[in-house]
Order: sequence, then structure tokens, then C-alpha cells
Amino acid sequence: MKIAVCIKRVPDTEVRFAIGTDRKSIDPTGLKFDLSDFDGYAIEVALRLKEQQGGGEVVALSLGPDGTQEILRKALSMGIDRAVHLQADAIPFDALSIARALVPELEGQGFELILFGRNATDTGNACVGPMTAELLGMPCVTAVSHLELSEARGIAQRELEGVTETVSFPLPAVLTIDEGIARPRLPSLKGIMAAKKKPIDVRPAQLGEIRLSVQTLELPPERAGGRIVGEGPEAVPELVRLLRDEAKVL
Amino acid sequence: MAFSGVDFYQLDTLLSEEERAVRDTVRAWVDDQLMPLIADCYIEGRFPKELIPGLAELGVLGANLPEEYGCAGLNNVAYGLIMQELERGDSGIRSFASVQGALVMYPIHAFGSDQQKTHWLPRLAAGKEIGCFGLTEPDYGSNPGGMITTAKETRDGWALNGTKMWITNGSQASVAVIWAKTGALDDVSSIRGFIVPTSSKGYSAKDQKGKLSLRASDTSEIHLDNVQLPRDALLPKSGGIKSPLSCLTQARYGIAWGAIGAAMACYEEAVGYAKTRVMFAKPIGATQIQQVRLAEMLTEITKAQCLTLQLGRLKDAKTMTPQQVSLAKRNNVTIACDIAREARRLLGANGILVEYHSMRHLANLESVYTYEGTHDMHSLILGEEITGLSAY
Repeated sequence: MKIAVCIKRVPDTEVRFAIGTDRKSIDPTGLKFDLSDFDGYAIEVALRLKEQQGGGEVVALSLGPDGTQEILRKALSMGIDRAVHLQADAIPFDALSIARALVPELEGQGFELILFGRNATDTGNACVGPMTAELLGMPCVTAVSHLELSEARGIAQRELEGVTETVSFPLPAVLTIDEGIARPRLPSLKGIMAAKKKPIDVRPAQLGEIRLSVQTLELPPERAGGRIVGEGPEAVPELVRLLRDEAKVL
Repeated sequence: MAFSGVDFYQLDTLLSEEERAVRDTVRAWVDDQLMPLIADCYIEGRFPKELIPGLAELGVLGANLPEEYGCAGLNNVAYGLIMQELERGDSGIRSFASVQGALVMYPIHAFGSDQQKTHWLPRLAAGKEIGCFGLTEPDYGSNPGGMITTAKETRDGWALNGTKMWITNGSQASVAVIWAKTGALDDVSSIRGFIVPTSSKGYSAKDQKGKLSLRASDTSEIHLDNVQLPRDALLPKSGGIKSPLSCLTQARYGIAWGAIGAAMACYEEAVGYAKTRVMFAKPIGATQIQQVRLAEMLTEITKAQCLTLQLGRLKDAKTMTPQQVSLAKRNNVTIACDIAREARRLLGANGILVEYHSMRHLANLESVYTYEGTHDMHSLILGEEITGLSAY
């Protein structure tokens, strides 16, 4: 089985960030980058499918600046067979332009599954996967938390609010993968060494027209200090009133 | 929260992508696998042997030895970064990996026959065999050349007699690399290494009880009572006290890195606590006394990082000297001890609890200060290097 995993380089969420002077982007100073969290699950799903089936090929694709190769190398060190880097100065906000750049790499290549993370941990759009599916004319199941494949079909489960939805789909298909499906493995030290010898094809990304752009980026307003409404049991009625009428959480 | 390391001088930019990847993968493993267990293991005085398969699968054991023996074939900087990350968790776990890699796999690789290498190294790398290193004796610590363990040639091989002490992994090991004199007791050149399966008749090991340091590591006493070994138990290329000392150079190199890991863990804990612990209506980090403490810690960690990275580059260039390793081991363990103690003090009463890490590191580092060449012995090694005159 041939599987593609489309992954994204995002700022590491463990590092504190600041908004840049352009007020549209994150200040890159001191920022660390890593694979988007959900993409790690997508890689793990692809690797497990390959291991279960005892063969096939898993290809990782990523669009972005030069540093993107670092996350592709990480994917290779986890066990991905080869990688494609679609070079772009920056990752556009316009998901459709990214999907359009991915399509020529995915179309006619014999991929039976094309996996994405559920959403990128920076932009959180959750759009590129479904848009790519649409452009390729493939079925798409989003936020997959469990997956089983038979001959030419798959059964995917999605965890919704209080209910599990089970969806049947034909292959080839595009899936976006939710967390919890399979804990991503750590790259082993041998995997890191082996990754050096695996190929990364580099091509310029054909982004086409970019129609969306970020206008401003703002941090949420500072939270106001707390208020002490009283002490002991006699304060409870006032607290309840405020929670109900003012905070509207009751 | 995940550990993010200390890098005040952007030394990450001096590491290759692969070295950073190795560091990050071991760092994540320590966060995921070791940190949830370590406090309990320490209190129980138990080495977490359930972690051995995971360590082996990651490729940590003998990671700088060649791929043909099932090892990862990393360079020495990457190997050092592994030691740093393991000791960020606990010195006992780093000690386990040091012994397996630098004191068991290294001598088999350096002094063993092809047959010994192909038999033992892949098994040790996979964690299917656990090794220990028997050099130190009850009365011969800093002076290993004085050892009284003997190996007498017999008709079929060798007979070993003696006692070894302070042996990390001793009671859980399936194989021991034992150093013994094959000639007269005053003949240091007759010291040879032997691969001894611990199931051999006459071999016994018992845990040394009552340790207040390295509690998550096994330390044992080994008795060799007329242990009969085949001829091919001898490490053929070993010869003289230089052979075991060269193993110690490997292990000390790892310790120099490891101590930085322990220091970083304590520093990170101290910084976090200083920013959040409020006393006299302000965080204690806003007081000059704690800021001086933290500034000293960061300075010493940064200096140690610079010198140790260069030591690693020298090792990779094969120009590193044992005396340079002595300087790094001596310096880094001392500053780590100081940082752990100051972090413990900054943490106030909470600092004595096992849920914080600084006192555990402090207690561990007292052993690290003393083992693999005591601080004082490394001073004398440097003194000899400087003056050309031996004071020991």
C-alpha cells in the first residue's frame, strides 16, 4: 500500500511566543519549530499500516521554507521512506493555495491513502486536508480516531461530542487524523542515522493565487484581577448571583 | 511540563541537525518514561529495570559503537548529549547506560576478538544481556593497579579469585567484565580483562545496602571464588592497567556530559520555583539573593556546556587526552553539586521533598563526585599534567 502523509512545520507550543512588529505574524526570535502535533499521529498511523501489511511505501510531503526539511528528516527518522519538500518562502494562510500546490504531487501517484493531521497547531484551519480531497475528487473523512482497512474500503471512527460516529469509505481516500489514535513513536537513534541516507526531493511549491492573508494578530486582553465577594457561608448567595447573572456560567 | 533545556549561548547552533535530533528524542523519552517513575524508584531504592527494553529499542546502549554490531554508530557529541539527557532524569539511569556502553561494550569492542564482539555486542546493545565492570576492590579504589584479584592459567583456561566492590549493575548483570592480575601482585602490566558470565560457578553478587545516593541504581559487591573460565574468556587485546583506565576515560567523558544534565534539571526547577513562590508579597525570584544564585548557576552551566562540547569535538577528531576528560569531569560534577545544593536551598523546605528533583540530584551527585576517579584524583592527574610530577 502506498500512503502519503502531508505534514506541517509549526512553532513549538512549549516555547513562549510574541507577536512580531508587523502585528500579523509571530516574532521568529527564539522560536523553536517542530512537527504539528496531529501530524505526528498521522505519521504513526501510516507507519503502523505499513508494518501491519508488511510492505508498501510511505511518503511525507511538506510545504514551507528551508527549515521544513528538519521536520521531514524527523518523519524519515520515525520510519517514513522518502520525503518531498515543496519550497516556499513562507507557509501561506490560504489553505486552498496549499491544497493546490499539493495536488500535482499526489495525483496519479498511486496513493491509496492520503493522511493529514486533524488541524495544524498554529493556524488551526483544518482545511487543507478536505480541500485537497475535493481537488483530487476523493472521499474525505476528518478527525479520524480509529481506522480499519479491508480490501478496497475503510472504516473510520470519529469522536463527536458524546457520540462515536463510524464512517465507511472507499479507497483511495483522504483522512485527517485526530489525536489518541496511536501515540507517535520517538525517532530511534538508528532511525535518525538512517534518515540521513533517505531522499528528500525538493521542488518549488506551485502556490498560484493567494487570496487570503492575515490582517492582524492580537493577544487576548489581560485578565482583570479577581474579586472577593465576602467570606464564609454568607458570601455564597452573592457568589451564586454573580456567577449566574454576571459571569453567566450557571 | 516537558524539559526545555538551558542554552544561554545558543550552543544549539553548534550542533548538527542529527545531534539535536538525538538529544530531543532522548529528552522526550526521559519525560515520557523515566520522570513518572523516578521519585518512587528513588524512595524504594529500586532500579527501574522495566525501562531497559525501551532504552535498548531507542538505541541508547553503546550508541557510539558501530552499526555492524547493532549499535547506532553515533558520534561522540551525540553520545554525550544522550548522557546529558539521561542524567537530567537521574544519575542512576545514566550510570546504567554508562556502564553498559562505556565499561562493558567498549572494552569488548576495543580489546575483544571478532568472535567476542559479534557474540556479545549485539546482545548488549539490545539489552538482552546486562553487563557490569569489575575493577574496583574493597581496598583498591583510587589505586586500581594495586588490585589483588588474580587470574591463574589452568589446563583449560583461567581460574579467577578475588572481590570487587561498588559495582554498578552488579547484581542484575548477566555478564561481567572482570579485571585481574595474571602475574605477580606487584606486576601491573599483568592486568587483563575477562568476560565472565555471572552464572559461572563461584561467581556471586550481593547488593550493597544502605545507600543514601544513587538509590535508583544497583550497586553490588562481587565475589569470585575459584571461577573457572574457558581460554577464550580473556579479552585478547587487553594488557596492563592502561586497558581498564581507557574504559574509564570513556565513562568519565559521559559523566562530564551527564553532570550538565543534572545541573540543568536543578537550575530549571530553581527558576520555576523562584518565579512562582511568593514570600513577603512578591516572588522570591524578585529578591537579589535568589537572583545571584540563579546567575551563578546559569554561568556555570554555560561554561560547562562550552568546554564539554569542545571536548566532544576533540574526541570525534581523536585528539582528546585523558587529562582533558579529567578537567571536564572534575569541573562539571563540582558545579553540578554546587548547583544542586543551591537549588535545594532556594526551594526552601520543599527542597527536601522527593517530588522536587534537586535534593535527589544533590545526593546522587555526591556519588558521581567520588566515582570514576574522585574529584581529588582528577586534581592530581591535572597537577601531574601541569608539572610533570606525580603526587600520587
